Amino acid sequence: MPETNYDQEMAFFVDMQRCIGCHACEMACAECETNGQESMIHVNYVDRSKSTQTTVQVCMHCEDPTCANVCPADAIHQDEFGVVHSANTSRCIGCSNCVLACPFGVPKKMEEAELMMKCNMCYDRTSVGKKPMCATVCPSQALFFGTKEEIARMRPDSVPVNSFLFGKQEVNTKVNIMMPKGTDQLLIP
Amino acid sequence: MAKLPVHVDKLIEDFGPHKAYAPQSGFHGSNEPDKLVKTHCCYCGLQCGIKLKVKDNKIAGFEPWEDFPYNEGRLCPKGVMRYMQNNHPDRILSPIKRVEGKGFVPTSWEEAMSKTVSEIKRIQDTYGKDSFAMLSGVSLTNEKSYMIGKFARVALKTANLDYNGRLCMVSAGGGNKKAFGLDRSSNSWADLKHAEVILIAGANVSETFPTLTHYIWQARDNGAKLIVVDPRMIPLARTADLHLPVRPGGDSALFGAILKIMVDNDWLDHDFINNHTTGFQETIEAVKDYDLDWAEEHTGIPKEQIYQAAQMWGKAKTSFLLHARGIEHHTKGVDNVISCINIVLASGRIGRPYCGYGTITGQGNGQGGREHGHKCDQLPGNRDITNPEHRKYISEVWGIDEKDMPGKGLSAYEQIEAIHRGEIKGMISICFNPLISLPNNNFVREALEKLEFYVCIDTFLSETARYSDIVLSGSLHEEEEGTVTTAEGRVVKINEAVTPPGKARRDGEIIMELADRLGEGDKFSFPTSEDIFNELRVASKGGTADYYGITYQKIVDNYGVFWPCKTLDHPGTPRLWEDMKFETPDGKAHFNPVKYRPASEMPNKDYPVVLTTGRVVSQYLSGSSTRRIGKLVDQYPEPLLEIHPKLAFQYGIENRDLIKVKTRRGEAEFPAQVVETIREDTVFIPYHWGGKFSANQLTIDNLDPVSKIPEFKVCACQLEKTGKKASQERRAEAYQSGL
Repeated sequence: MPETNYDQEMAFFVDMQRCIGCHACEMACAECETNGQESMIHVNYVDRSKSTQTTVQVCMHCEDPTCANVCPADAIHQDEFGVVHSANTSRCIGCSNCVLACPFGVPKKMEEAELMMKCNMCYDRTSVGKKPMCATVCPSQALFFGTKEEIARMRPDSVPVNSFLFGKQEVNTKVNIMMPKGTDQLLIP
Repeated sequence: MAKLPVHVDKLIEDFGPHKAYAPQSGFHGSNEPDKLVKTHCCYCGLQCGIKLKVKDNKIAGFEPWEDFPYNEGRLCPKGVMRYMQNNHPDRILSPIKRVEGKGFVPTSWEEAMSKTVSEIKRIQDTYGKDSFAMLSGVSLTNEKSYMIGKFARVALKTANLDYNGRLCMVSAGGGNKKAFGLDRSSNSWADLKHAEVILIAGANVSETFPTLTHYIWQARDNGAKLIVVDPRMIPLARTADLHLPVRPGGDSALFGAILKIMVDNDWLDHDFINNHTTGFQETIEAVKDYDLDWAEEHTGIPKEQIYQAAQMWGKAKTSFLLHARGIEHHTKGVDNVISCINIVLASGRIGRPYCGYGTITGQGNGQGGREHGHKCDQLPGNRDITNPEHRKYISEVWGIDEKDMPGKGLSAYEQIEAIHRGEIKGMISICFNPLISLPNNNFVREALEKLEFYVCIDTFLSETARYSDIVLSGSLHEEEEGTVTTAEGRVVKINEAVTPPGKARRDGEIIMELADRLGEGDKFSFPTSEDIFNELRVASKGGTADYYGITYQKIVDNYGVFWPCKTLDHPGTPRLWEDMKFETPDGKAHFNPVKYRPASEMPNKDYPVVLTTGRVVSQYLSGSSTRRIGKLVDQYPEPLLEIHPKLAFQYGIENRDLIKVKTRRGEAEFPAQVVETIREDTVFIPYHWGGKFSANQLTIDNLDPVSKIPEFKVCACQLEKTGKKASQERRAEAYQSGL
């Protein structure tokens, strides 16, 4: 088992209120050699005609990852730190089960390569004690990588939420979404 | 000179812009670089720290520099992608010369230099020294900015030297000098942290200064209230506590009205006003009639919101006021700036922790570059070329006779007018793309066509350089060592990551050789950039922008040094005015009365809509670099006409309709982008593109009488449907500046 310095105290926090839609995260993510110039993080306007509000989607690194559960080739591995890795390239058969199953719409199929690719919490960086590239460059820190204590101290008016109810399926994630104080779960009926 | 040597399509084919993309697995060596060079971004005034990966003398990628205290690794998309300007297929790798019917062909340095010098001599001998002009720019380091100022006066011996900061910082510079006697942001960004109220006027921080957003949010986490003054609902304004959607041109009315409300409610710091300022009585007298109804009419902002802003500002114990080109690009740009400074001074909240004020400098070295003398009225240390003492001191530093020091020359746009009048016949330019950046650019193009000789020092064939006779192949930001001064007044170090490719040379060496060929080589003998910096330190000594106590080592050891730094043991000055000694002759801060006046071209029944211009997050200035980087072009490929649905409805305009926009200067077509995030009486076009896509074909060339900045932010236009939808072809080719 190779030694890693993955810091289990660190967590990922997304605050879409702060997102300015600049796409620095997408550009930086795509620069990683393992990503083949494709971004694993996605920024989209909600409705540009009404507002400049953007959403930003990273892999949520679910505690019980739906993508891994539905993979027929057992290509998606969740490690002991809770990081859900991108598809093992020697196993992935490009069936898109995970693409369809993920409640957050995270995995994407790269048609040329016939493989799924998704965010892996910048494992090449986080495993040596660095922060994910997107959270490092995010100019507004809408993406933040740090400890729960830090975020509670720095942003006292919001609260990290990592529990979602999709219809009747409860999904708990490693990645947190910052919400107004008092929120404990996000409901997607 | 004359028209283009060959059709523009051929020039684009040969020299671009072409979009560059990184290879799928990254550039060779990006996962195992030879070295990581710490440096700063080549784009905006925030000067984010960044590391460049180098392999085999080529840039292979970037890495965040988390230890640099300003940005701690944070970057905007331009910073992330900037490395792609290196190794670019469009890069000019040797001097090139114009050949009729062919375009531009490579030539030798000897031929290019001797032709340049012989033309300079011919033109100056025939028409006088001032008939050869120079235009410079402030993305250049302090060393180069200084050397160009010296070059123009000592080697070229012309008064007509100006720079692209004329389109950027001169209104703020003018206003700050009138109020404080010194031109620098009064505080570093650290003072945002516990400001109770942050007021941002005319600055789309979210798109033009993205990394500053973190500081603003940090302050908000600490309880700060954010007020944003902008005709558009920019991303920063989306969550602001108060967004004041000012009509373009209404800024001095707004700040005058706020001042009156402060006076009426006695939200004033009388101690500060009485002991440390002058001019208060005349200033409040000038705004005594600016009541809420008047203010609503002249600003286009509901009066309840104006009052609310004044109350938030007036009652705060700490605050920070920031502004940028949105209020400065006006024929009353200096007045707008002064009206902001007036409400800061009235509050007394300056010169102490979390009490801040500043303009946000736009270009990478907009701060340093506007201090070291490549402006038509300036000498190093932010000295004045018409001041006898200043002339004497600098003449001594330069080793020339004071009587040989030229006087004040023409500013950038005024030089264009002089070309039309036949007074300027030749030009040399560096770091400036006037055909895209100046207003009324049909007039600018006609001027370029009239020049007898035009030589450009550049790395790419910019839209302006297409009209040159010779391009001297210069260096990119990462190819020459030097210093720049960030928007908060911090002098930082730019390091050379790679050497100039092919036969390109460092800009500094080009200038030094030209000076030598013009007979002044002994005054331009600098073996290294540090030697230039050491002369600059002496030249700036005693001026308001005093760099004497700064050295390269001190910068490296301290992650930058804030000027003024007068002696070697001085640590630098992040926060100004702590001793309440201002740099005005009487040592006090000056209130200056500002009476509102309208923009030079207001809408009327013939031209009923207000046109304003600005920027997008993925492009930088005239786009010579960023329109050559594939991903940045793809993010926002063509300039769009932002228009509110209510205004669009009046014309029957739908999204993606191709609309003809016409002003008294020209007309051009843009696809409509129908959005609610803009005023109903105003349309917006970003200006980073050239040719038929240029917004500056439409803008007005009226200048602020003091600063000579053009009024980019307001003019009057007509809208007309063409009946066509904007095409995909147009979208795909916009980045090339075709005709």
